[in-house]
Amino acid sequence: MANAPLSKNRSKSWLAAVPLLAFVALVFGVPLVVILGGTFTRGGAVSTANVTESVQGAYLTALLGSVKLSALVAVVGAVLGTFLAQAVVTSRFRALREAVLTASGVLSNFGGVPLAFAWIATLGNSGVITTSLGFDARGWSLYNFWGLALVYLYFSIPLMVLVVVPALDGLRPQWREAAQNNGASAWQFWRYVGIPVLTPTLLGGVVLLFGGSFAAYATAQAMVGSAVPLVTLQIANALSGNVLIGHENVALALSLDMIVVAGLVMAVYLPLQRRSARWLR
Amino acid sequence: MNGARVEFRGLRRRFGNTVALDGLDLTAEPGELLALLGPSGCGKTTALRCLAGFEHPDEGEILVDGSDITRVPANRRDAGMVFQSYSLFPNLNVKDNVAFGLRVRKAPTARRHARAQELLELVGLPSIGERYPHQLSGGQQQRVALARALALEPRVLLLDEPLSALDAKVRVNLREEIRRLQLSLGITTIFVTHDQEEALSVADRVAVLRAGRLEQVADPATLYDRPATPFVAEFVGTMNHLPGRVSGDKVTVLGQELPVEGPVPDSADVNVLIRPEAVLLTPDEDGDGKVLVSSFRGSTARLRVQLPDGSEALADVPGHHSVRLAPGTAVRVALVERPVLVSVASSGEHGR
Repeated sequence: MANAPLSKNRSKSWLAAVPLLAFVALVFGVPLVVILGGTFTRGGAVSTANVTESVQGAYLTALLGSVKLSALVAVVGAVLGTFLAQAVVTSRFRALREAVLTASGVLSNFGGVPLAFAWIATLGNSGVITTSLGFDARGWSLYNFWGLALVYLYFSIPLMVLVVVPALDGLRPQWREAAQNNGASAWQFWRYVGIPVLTPTLLGGVVLLFGGSFAAYATAQAMVGSAVPLVTLQIANALSGNVLIGHENVALALSLDMIVVAGLVMAVYLPLQRRSARWLR
Repeated sequence: MNGARVEFRGLRRRFGNTVALDGLDLTAEPGELLALLGPSGCGKTTALRCLAGFEHPDEGEILVDGSDITRVPANRRDAGMVFQSYSLFPNLNVKDNVAFGLRVRKAPTARRHARAQELLELVGLPSIGERYPHQLSGGQQQRVALARALALEPRVLLLDEPLSALDAKVRVNLREEIRRLQLSLGITTIFVTHDQEEALSVADRVAVLRAGRLEQVADPATLYDRPATPFVAEFVGTMNHLPGRVSGDKVTVLGQELPVEGPVPDSADVNVLIRPEAVLLTPDEDGDGKVLVSSFRGSTARLRVQLPDGSEALADVPGHHSVRLAPGTAVRVALVERPVLVSVASSGEHGR
């Protein structure tokens, strides 16, 4: 009897989640239905032609290009971001830590056309550094795969710093000392304790960085246009009809491809994350 | 395991303007349990960390069985350490935590597991090898940490306030367990604590530190009964500060003349340091003292007594005497005839 009010409260507690569920249904559910509907429709009839076309020729190249670019940025960004975060965490200079964290907070949100402009003005063909250091004479170009990777790293590394600093702060000094006391070298501490403890966070960071690069559009559009094949640029082209008219539903199929890629990444990530975090359960 | 002789020679360590160790000279004999006792900031943990290799002294040497290990890296010192808390590796289960040192030394898996099991049995936790640290209680975690510290059969065991995060009952049980293990293994053990009861109850000898220097090192009974300095007298156990007057090597306190032990201040007016058990109370209607408060503690009772001059003192009496020494009882107050320590008088200090 005493539990009755509690059960009643519990039975209604899901109501608090209604606004969130409605929001999710609106911004994820509705687009998904539209994508699925459009993807499997051509000329008013049900068809898989859009899907087939989306994984062929230039579209496939763009899809693979996006995956390669995102994977590269995710891995390199995670490694460099982790090293930078570790340097900051172990620094004796409190001001340096604050400065790096503040800068990371700003830079991780730096994107779109402003980011592209900043890089074009700095390291583009007529950029300040390009001309002043004579990079142009040495064949330097920002407008290719590696240039785009560099620009994406510019916001990905700070994002990784923000993700991994709390985890590094959580590594207790006693663990390192206990490892030393048991005869472990610095490398052995990281191998047996430090990296395994950080792995769930690192994996999460890699996925976050992958997702950020995979979905990026405006920076690439402003910087490289169609010079670097990326799936987001292909979707934009197909939707706007700038290149081919009547390919809107191929754009939807490409969007579905992106969802599948994201799903595959999660399919790899989740078991790894579960395995690496089994000691937390 | 064979215990080693550990010597601190003239150890000095500064942190900025703070002097943590100020020329510490101290020796732990082979196989003994030496407690480092003192208030916060007295340097006891710094001394232990210098021995473990986590701190490096600015001056002085640390010798283990005559070998200078002052500059030996922490991971090459033959010392097992138990930290205050939270030092088990969270990603490794209990068995792997205990066998960590063997894993680092690339011992075969079977040997690692056998040794881990042996040590878990030694610390009374034979069936928790597969659990992770967060699944253990605080007491279990510290037992596992102890097993890990002993896994490599170190010559010295270092305990850095290993019981301070535990609740009172577990603390008492575990300290007895540690002592039992230490005696059976014969390993030289240095035990840092700020808890005097803990130090006195488990150590062969207790070293009292103050401001980075050694005040006194002695067995617990000597430390309690014959403190070398007023600081030790006040830090170890409870002490009354009764007003007295020095004349030569005697001091007059509560109308009694007692011999003075240790340094005598220049001033004639002094505080005389008297243990509660050295205050003798006799119920007497004509007595000029009065029992104010009585705290029954089982075998003893601690009484707060008003003295003839209006000041107060603490007195310990056998528990069964507490009935006839109830609050309000008039008493005659006397002191046990024995040498006493004196310190410079300061107003308002009495029983503590």
